[in-house]
Amino acid sequence: MNPLLEVKNLKKYFKTGGGMLHAVDNVSFTLDEGKTLGVVGESGCGKSTLGRTVLHLLEPTDGQIFFQGKDITNPSRKELRQLRENMQIIFQDPFSSLDPRKTVSEAIMEPLIVRGGMSKADMQAKTRELMDTVGLAARLEHSYPHELDGGRRQRIGIACALALEPKFIVCDEPVSALDVSIQAQVINLMLDLQEQRGLSYMFVTHDLSVVKYISDDILVMYLGQVVEKAPADELFSNTLHPYSKALLSAIPVPKYPNNAQRILLKGEITSPINPKPGCRFAARCRYATEACSKPQTLVECSPGHFIACCRYKEIQEHKEDNENA
Amino acid sequence: MSTKKTKKKSQWHDIWRQLKKNKLAVISLFVLIALILIAILAPVLAPYSYKTQDVVNANAGSSAEHLLGTDKLGRDILSRLLYGSRASLIMGFSAIAIGAIIGIAIGAISGYFGGWTDNIIMRLLDIYQAIPMLLLCIALAAVLGPSLRNAIIALGVGMVPGYARMMRASVMTVRGKEFVESAKSKNCSTVRIILKHIIPNAIGPMIVQITMGVGSCILSGAALSFIGLGVQAPTAEWGAMISDARASLRQYPTQALYPGLCVMISVLACNLLGDGLRDALDPRLRN
Amino acid sequence: MENKYLLQIKDLAVEYHTDEDTVYAVNNISLELRKGEALGLVGETGAGKTTVAKSILGILPKVQSEITSGEILFEGENLLALSEKKMQKIRGNKIAMIFQDPMTALNPIETVGFQITEAIRQHNKISKYEGQQRACEMLEMVGIPRERYNEYPHQFSGGMKQRVVIAMALACNPELLLADEPTTALDVTIQAQVLEMMRTLREQMNTSVILITHDFGVVADFCESVAVTYAGEIVEKGSVDRIFNNAQHPYTQGLFGSLPSLDSKERRLKPIKGLMPDPTKVQKGCVFCDRCPHATEQCAAVKPAPVETEPGHFVKCSLVKGAEQ
Repeated sequence: MNPLLEVKNLKKYFKTGGGMLHAVDNVSFTLDEGKTLGVVGESGCGKSTLGRTVLHLLEPTDGQIFFQGKDITNPSRKELRQLRENMQIIFQDPFSSLDPRKTVSEAIMEPLIVRGGMSKADMQAKTRELMDTVGLAARLEHSYPHELDGGRRQRIGIACALALEPKFIVCDEPVSALDVSIQAQVINLMLDLQEQRGLSYMFVTHDLSVVKYISDDILVMYLGQVVEKAPADELFSNTLHPYSKALLSAIPVPKYPNNAQRILLKGEITSPINPKPGCRFAARCRYATEACSKPQTLVECSPGHFIACCRYKEIQEHKEDNENA
Repeated sequence: MSTKKTKKKSQWHDIWRQLKKNKLAVISLFVLIALILIAILAPVLAPYSYKTQDVVNANAGSSAEHLLGTDKLGRDILSRLLYGSRASLIMGFSAIAIGAIIGIAIGAISGYFGGWTDNIIMRLLDIYQAIPMLLLCIALAAVLGPSLRNAIIALGVGMVPGYARMMRASVMTVRGKEFVESAKSKNCSTVRIILKHIIPNAIGPMIVQITMGVGSCILSGAALSFIGLGVQAPTAEWGAMISDARASLRQYPTQALYPGLCVMISVLACNLLGDGLRDALDPRLRN
Repeated sequence: MENKYLLQIKDLAVEYHTDEDTVYAVNNISLELRKGEALGLVGETGAGKTTVAKSILGILPKVQSEITSGEILFEGENLLALSEKKMQKIRGNKIAMIFQDPMTALNPIETVGFQITEAIRQHNKISKYEGQQRACEMLEMVGIPRERYNEYPHQFSGGMKQRVVIAMALACNPELLLADEPTTALDVTIQAQVLEMMRTLREQMNTSVILITHDFGVVADFCESVAVTYAGEIVEKGSVDRIFNNAQHPYTQGLFGSLPSLDSKERRLKPIKGLMPDPTKVQKGCVFCDRCPHATEQCAAVKPAPVETEPGHFVKCSLVKGAEQ
């Protein structure tokens, strides 16, 4: 069976004053129907750009995108229209992603109006149904976004994305702006919807505990490149890339006492403008050697687990040595 | 930020709530509404026609017959002022409508598309703005011939670059918002995005400028009429009335004073209302 | 006994007045902080955390806010009764505050070094040169090379800016540091760096800290005691150990249930149902009763008093053991 979405060597560069910004560099992945791909990384790693490029909100610089087996890298206008009905996006900020001058029902109805072919009464019925699906009370129909709290606003965003009944949704940090108790409500809603409708998600976030919880596979990105790709459980139980390790260890765990050793990275993320070939993490990596200045390729170290680090075997041994000692 | 209210509470409601606090702005609003009513009801309100000449009573002072006196042709000044509000207001509102609509359209296109489109439009406006506005109006009125309609066109066209620039800046801030991207992902066409999402959100700061612009259009219109390029005799217009009274300014200063006061009041009302709107629209002052 | 505590807040209540409503932001909060202690003030948006900090510092907006009751004793002195002139001597000198967004705390048109020097010289009568020397030391202490003294805020990354802000706050060696979500705007690996640095500095300087956050992970990492706020009240407070391993209040338990955990295998979170209560309404009974799974009629009618279930562990719930007596 073909995967729902397949991305091959996708690149997205931006021209800036200082040179080419490599926002997404050679990223490949596949996503099956009904599954969730988590994309994690820190700000500036290109995770949001990746999501937007897949949706053609940004035009890819190079590479290929296949949706349901069909090449959609350069879609015609008509194809793009059709594609957008199958691929949707939920945005991070429920404050800026909703038009402040549209009421809840106007916002949810808009995709239906744009698609056309429905009577007004049908559209209204559909809007009510969607509001019900995402848990928005019917009395909020005529409310404006600024009158609602973040959780409800994000529900509007989800309802808008669902209106055209897509198969695939890019979720760009959909819960990071929400309070914990509300965040859990929204995550559960998204999981319910996935079960009911067989949706596939690409879940972009910097919050690793959320991503582990919701994803089947996880991509770890650093400065536009995938450094590690593995099934969620595998990634957390057998982290290989030094960056992923540092990232995982840096999450503050709500547990006391917490004896986990924290790996502190030195320095900060460098700029992805005109990057040198070779491992982009090398400057901050304590295992870096000369070999790291050569371009790294993603290799499959165990079934389904890919890593872009030429020294992962030695690092693994080093770790075992430490454990034995 | 109450979520319990079910009644529709739009931003306009919000703005009105804020505007109410500013007494001067509310008074100005009523003055403007009164002026519009006067213009509409001029034939009912005016004791005489604006062109009825009573040559015997020319240059008369205030009396029970002619409350504000008569001009050099014996026309009742009060009646002419009332009728004059028509030309002045029509000039103010129509010119601003032309200027704002064209300006907003150009600004929205320039701001939304950016890049080359923006560059070309902006450079053309640069050139256009290098010509003094009043001179341009005079030239246009001279070419098209002096009349109320041509004065309106001249004034309106003169307002375009200012509004286009302002709209462009406003659109550029709205363009970057996520809801525009969201609309795009929902398959909205460019035209729909501009009309339904960008313009309604970018128009806020423009409303202030448009309100104030009405005032300056009335003023410029009066100026055009004053130099004879606007409304033609015998139609009453405040600027033209001042112009008529100019010759005998020393003997009969009130003939120029009354229309002058009318211009001042209407312009002041527009500016104060604009000022009030600016405060009401400023999100930093809202809670 | 008063001297036992560095800071003691007694029955603090703060209201905000808007055109139409009164927002009851803080309702009779009492808190104690020992010298050298780090207290985590945890809660969701609108729980009144920041208002508490602003009241301590006396920087509530004068026009809209009103402290309706309570005392804030700092070293035995009631801060609320002090004149503005005396407060200015305390502010920045004995009590300093770090804000969430480092960008707004720094003046973009002055060099960072100058800003730190000014902060020092405002409270200490020292020469410009001495001030600069101190500022350089402070920069090095937060891990920024002194060569960067003459750079402007925009030349620093987010994490670096927050370090500058911390250097500025600690420059006068304050007794008490109020940190309002100091790491929320930062990436996890940078957050780990900044927290580590703050921990070291705290030990060196023996500063007491009130850390305001919504992140239990950060609290477990940094604090010794925790106060959980909800709708302007402290519903539970105690040592980190007690709160994390033996939470008694249904809200605290609910918050922990909403957190996606890195090691749980469960496929569904247990969110707290419902939303925060309307802060413009006075709650007659327990603030949490609308959302509480255990609520009884009693809860809605009578406001529970704090019960000390263990020494130092207070719970504001009428259903915990010992509340009836």
